[in-house]
Amino acid sequence: MSRRRDHGPTTIALTGLGIVAPTGVGIEEHWASVLTGRTGVGKITRFDASGYPVRLAGQVADVDVTGLVPGRLIPQTDWWTHLALAGADAALHDAGIDPADLPEYEMAVVTASSSGGTEFGQREIERLWHDGPSHVGAYQSIAWFYAATTGQVSIRHGMRGPCGVLACEQAGGLDALGQARRLAEAGCRLVVTGGTDASLCPYGLVAQLPTGLLSTSDEIARAYLPFDVAAAGYVPGEGGAILVAEELTAARRRGVGAGYGVLLGYAAGFDPPPGSPRPPALRRTIELALARARLEPSDVDVVFADAMADVDADLVEAQAISAVFGAGRVPVTAPKTLTGRLYGGGAALDVATALLAMRDGVVPPTVGPSELAPGCDIDLVLGQPRERRVRHVVVLARGYGGFTSAVVLGRDFPTTTDGSV
Amino acid sequence: MMRFALADLARLLVACAGGDHPVDLDGSDADEPFTELGYDSLALLDLAGRVQREYGVAIPDDALGEMPTPRAAVAYINARLAGVA
Repeated sequence: MSRRRDHGPTTIALTGLGIVAPTGVGIEEHWASVLTGRTGVGKITRFDASGYPVRLAGQVADVDVTGLVPGRLIPQTDWWTHLALAGADAALHDAGIDPADLPEYEMAVVTASSSGGTEFGQREIERLWHDGPSHVGAYQSIAWFYAATTGQVSIRHGMRGPCGVLACEQAGGLDALGQARRLAEAGCRLVVTGGTDASLCPYGLVAQLPTGLLSTSDEIARAYLPFDVAAAGYVPGEGGAILVAEELTAARRRGVGAGYGVLLGYAAGFDPPPGSPRPPALRRTIELALARARLEPSDVDVVFADAMADVDADLVEAQAISAVFGAGRVPVTAPKTLTGRLYGGGAALDVATALLAMRDGVVPPTVGPSELAPGCDIDLVLGQPRERRVRHVVVLARGYGGFTSAVVLGRDFPTTTDGSV
Repeated sequence: MMRFALADLARLLVACAGGDHPVDLDGSDADEPFTELGYDSLALLDLAGRVQREYGVAIPDDALGEMPTPRAAVAYINARLAGVA
């Protein structure tokens, strides 16, 4: 695979979406939920959560995976991988791609995962505890670990190019896109990317509790209120989105143009440790992503916020957005209030939603918040969708522990050949 | 004496490694290598664990090399059941 420096930096087009989210399985079902404010958050039903401090979550409807996932793979893989396999099939179909038609070493898979196969792992560890080692299934050796989804998608579709997994908590979905662009630069013509997560079993939920960032509310409409005076944590969720990223000229050659949009800029930063005098990384990360996209803040039509619903984290984010774009100067939204935070799947779903916002010229609303907290001087789109031309979108994501990422998406490929990262 | 048949093997394989590409173990598939039938080494390891739990005979990991096909696996497992393998 030759590097393509001679043609300027490589641009990737996002040509296929596979959405498996609490707001719906499938592009239009999800998009309709987002535009009408139909929430996917509800009482946890995967297990009896009544004795746990967190009882609400965004769950993917209990779809019968037998129609979406090869039967061979169902007992071999975790629910999180089922969701990604279904998403990958949908994304490839949406992109109009039959992997059998492409050179196997020019197709890669890079997904984000934050927890691995917790439900599968819990079941096998329970067998170990109750019945002994011989009762642990052999597939436990691969089903739990972060790269399992990437590996299964790679095997299923014969994608033997460079594969990997990004475990950067909520930021991973953007980092996977950044890595997809690097792989395109290295000669991959197609990368299956994005991510899913699914940790709504007892072990998976308990593992999320120590951050203290989860909402303990029982009131669905008031449980997740980013940037609001009543912000008190976020709702966890499962699912995400799988995207097909193609090297732009390859996408054009097969007649799909730039698909839903192109990745114009990506940057990642890392927050200083607590107590450090250094500022949070978010502002500089946004500025770097914009610089790499060769765009001015005024070129951006909407920002998809990370929206942690933690008083301090919200203020940091609102201040970073105001510092870059000007106070109240850019519409900001967080449709993830309808799904909860999906970890490895969250930013990937935000990217998918942002691409649909560009497609249809509408900014989806943030459902829940009603009164912005002091210092959060942002134009948070509340209540109704806001129609406007959406040419460029910035998507932000922060992962627990300091991960900070931003991408700039564009609807039209810039006129200059070097206008992309 | 307990016998282990191809049908038992098929049932255990579906339980551990799933189904949806029906494998006709009573027919010609019985002599195809497991790898050709889409069952990897993990499927065979899982199979060995299930045979051990259900039939009470241990199948050492290195015995997996002696069961490259469904028919060979059935023969080996029956030999273990008879206490001669």
